[in-house]
Amino acid sequence: MANSNGSAPPNGAAILDIQGLTRFFGGLRAVNDFSLTIHQGELIGLIGPNGAGKTTVFNLITGLYTPSSGDIRFLGQSIAGLEPFEITQRGIARTFQNIRLFPNLTVLDNVRIAYHFHAGYTLFDAILRNRSFDRQEKELTERAQDFLAIFKLERVQDELAVNLPYGEQRRVEIARALASNPRLLLLDEPAAGMNPNEILNLMELIGFIRERFDLTILLIEHQMRVVMGICERITVMDFGEVIARGTPSEIQNNERVIEAYLGRGAN
Amino acid sequence: MELGFLLGSIIKIVAVLGWLYGLLQVMAHASRWVKIAGMIAAFGIIQAAFSLKIGDQSILNDFDAGLLFQACTMAMVALGLNLIYGFNGQFSLGQWGFYGLGAYAAAYVTYKWANDRTSSALFVLLIGVILAGATILMLRRFLSRYYNLPVLSAFTLYLLGCVAAAAVAVVAGNAVASVIDPLFGSREAPGLLSGDLALQIVFVLAVLCAGVFAAEVSFLFGLPVLSLGSDYFGIATLGFSIVINTLMVNSDTILPFPEMKGGRGMIGIPKLTTWFWVFIFLLLVIVVMRNLIHSSTGRAIMSVREDETASKAMGIDVASNKLLTFVIGSLFAGLGGGIYAHYIGFLSPGTFSFLAGFNPLIVVVFGGLGSMTGTLAASFGWMFFLEGLLRVLLGQLGTEAPTWRFVLYPIALLLLMLLRPQGLLGKTEWGFLRAPAVKPRAPASPPPDARATPAPAPAAK
Repeated sequence: MANSNGSAPPNGAAILDIQGLTRFFGGLRAVNDFSLTIHQGELIGLIGPNGAGKTTVFNLITGLYTPSSGDIRFLGQSIAGLEPFEITQRGIARTFQNIRLFPNLTVLDNVRIAYHFHAGYTLFDAILRNRSFDRQEKELTERAQDFLAIFKLERVQDELAVNLPYGEQRRVEIARALASNPRLLLLDEPAAGMNPNEILNLMELIGFIRERFDLTILLIEHQMRVVMGICERITVMDFGEVIARGTPSEIQNNERVIEAYLGRGAN
Repeated sequence: MELGFLLGSIIKIVAVLGWLYGLLQVMAHASRWVKIAGMIAAFGIIQAAFSLKIGDQSILNDFDAGLLFQACTMAMVALGLNLIYGFNGQFSLGQWGFYGLGAYAAAYVTYKWANDRTSSALFVLLIGVILAGATILMLRRFLSRYYNLPVLSAFTLYLLGCVAAAAVAVVAGNAVASVIDPLFGSREAPGLLSGDLALQIVFVLAVLCAGVFAAEVSFLFGLPVLSLGSDYFGIATLGFSIVINTLMVNSDTILPFPEMKGGRGMIGIPKLTTWFWVFIFLLLVIVVMRNLIHSSTGRAIMSVREDETASKAMGIDVASNKLLTFVIGSLFAGLGGGIYAHYIGFLSPGTFSFLAGFNPLIVVVFGGLGSMTGTLAASFGWMFFLEGLLRVLLGQLGTEAPTWRFVLYPIALLLLMLLRPQGLLGKTEWGFLRAPAVKPRAPASPPPDARATPAPAPAAK
C-alpha cells in the first residue's frame, strides 16, 4: 500500500513496516493512522508543514514515545514499546532536529560512545586494563577515527563538540549515528540552518553514506530542494495524517500538498 | 610560634599537594617497574615523615597523621560522589549515608572480633554480601528477559531476594562462627584467631565487605529512586541520609545492635588503620575510578550527564548506567567509611548527620565537577587547611574562635563560585588521571584544505 500512486515498486525486502500508528497527547491527535513501508536500500522523504507530526513519528519509531495504537515492525519484529536503547541496538539510528551532541565531550568521544553497546569488553576488563580491553579499545578508537576521516573531521577529534561550527556539529551527529552500525538511519531536518553550499555538500554526503554503508534512510526535511533532489519516494503529512505519497514529481503536482503548504485558493 | 606554625602548615599543605602530583605523575609512567617503585616511594616518603624527627618533633606528628588519614577517606568518599554527580550528573546527598553505613558495618565486625571474641559478625556480613550480590546478579539476568517490567515490581523482587539472602546469612554465619570460635582460645591461652595477623585480615575483610554492603544497599535504594529526575533524586537521597542517621542514633533500641550504643556513640573499635592500608585503599579507589572513567563505560556515564535523550538514541541503557554509577560511587563511600572507623576508633551519629554530609559535596564542587584530580587535591587541601591550619590558628584567639572557620570557608566557597564556577582545577587532570591521548590517524586521503567540504570522500578506510 505504500507504493500506491504508482511509484516504482522497490525490489528489496521490507525493512520497516508501520501500520495504523496513532499517538495522542491528551486530547491532541498528533499522529493519526500513519502507515509507511520502507524497503531495503530506499531513501524516503517525510515532509509536511510545521506541526504536522513528522518528528513525533520519528520519536515513535525510536521509542522515545510509545504508540497509543498501531504497530511498528523492524526487520519483521515488532519494536513498538521497546526502550529507545533497545531499538538503537536493533539497528535504527537517528539524528535530531536541534542537534543533540554531547557538548562537553570531545568529537572522538562523541563518536566512540556510539560503540558502547558493542564495545566488546566488559566493565571488569576496563577496570583491570587487561589485553581484551587494550585490543578492543584500540580497534574501537580506530574505527571511530575512520568515521571521522570519512566526514573530514579527523583534525578536530580532540575538540569539544560544543566548540565546533554548526555544519561540523551536524556532521559529527551523522557520524555518531552511523557509528552505532544501523540498518536504518533517520535524519531529522539535517539541512536546517545550512546555507545553499552546505546543503549541496550535505546532499552529496547523504548519497555517499547510503552507498558506502548500504543504508536505508528516512529523511524529514523542510527544504524542498533536498527532498526533491535525493528522495525516491515521498510521504506528505499534515495534521498528523498522511495526505499524499509518491515520487517527487508526483508530489510537486499534488493538489492536496500544494494546498497544505500554500493554503487553499479562494473560489 | 604562631608564625612558625603558619609557615609550617603552609609548607605541609604544599608538600602534600606536591606529593599527590608526584604520585599521579609517576603512576602515568610507561614502565611498570618505575610505576611500582614510584608508588612504594610515595608510600615510603609519608611513612618516613611520620617517624623522622626534626629536633624533638616528627615531621608529620599525630595530628598531621590524623588529617592525612581523614583527607584520604574524604578523597574516597568524594571521588565516589564526583562519579555520581560530576560525571553522571545525578545530584546526590546520600553519599554521607553510605559512608556511615560502611563505617558502622566494618566497625561492628572488628568490634565483635576483638572485644567479644566471636567471628559471628564477620561471617554474617561476609556470607550476607556474597549471597545478596549473587541474588541481585541472578535476578538481574532473569528479569532482563521481561520487557516493560514496572520498576517497583523489580524492586520488590530484589528486596525479597536480599531479605532472604540476609536471613540465610544470619543462620549460616552464626553456624560457621560456632564452629570457628573455639579457635580464639581462652584469655589465658590465646588461640589461633587471637593474634594480630588474624585481626589484620579481619580488618581488611571487614572494610571490603562494608564497601560491598554499602554498594548493595545503594542498588536497592537507587533502583526505584534513580528513575526520578536529578533534582528529585537529590531530595530522595537526602531522605536516605536522614534515615540512616536516625537508625544510627537508635541503633541500640530499634536495631538489635547494643554494641553500637545509639546516640552515645560506638566506642572500643580497634584502631587498625595504618598508613599502609589507607594508602592501599586510596590507590585502589583511584585506579578503579580512573580505569572506569577512561573506558567505554566511562564515556557512557558522561554521555548521560551531557544529554540523556541522545545517549538513549546511542543505544545506552540510561537507567542501568545511572544505577551502575550510583553503586560504584557508594562502594567507594563504604570503603572510606570502613577505613575511617578504624582510624578514629569511635563512631558517633553526629559525624554522619546530614549537615556533615555536605562536606564531600563541597569538596567535589570546590575541586571541580568531573575532575578526579580536583577532588583529590580539594580533599587534601580542605582537610589540612580547614581542620589543620584554621582550627589551630583560630584556637589561639580563644576557645570558641575555631567556630569562625565555618563562617570563613563558606565565604571562600562563595567567592570561588563567583570567580571560578568550574571549580579550582576545572577539568584539569594530572598525570595518571589524564585521558590517554589518541594519536590522529594518518589520513588515507590527505587533502588538508578539504576540511570544510564534506565531499563524498572517495577514500576507503
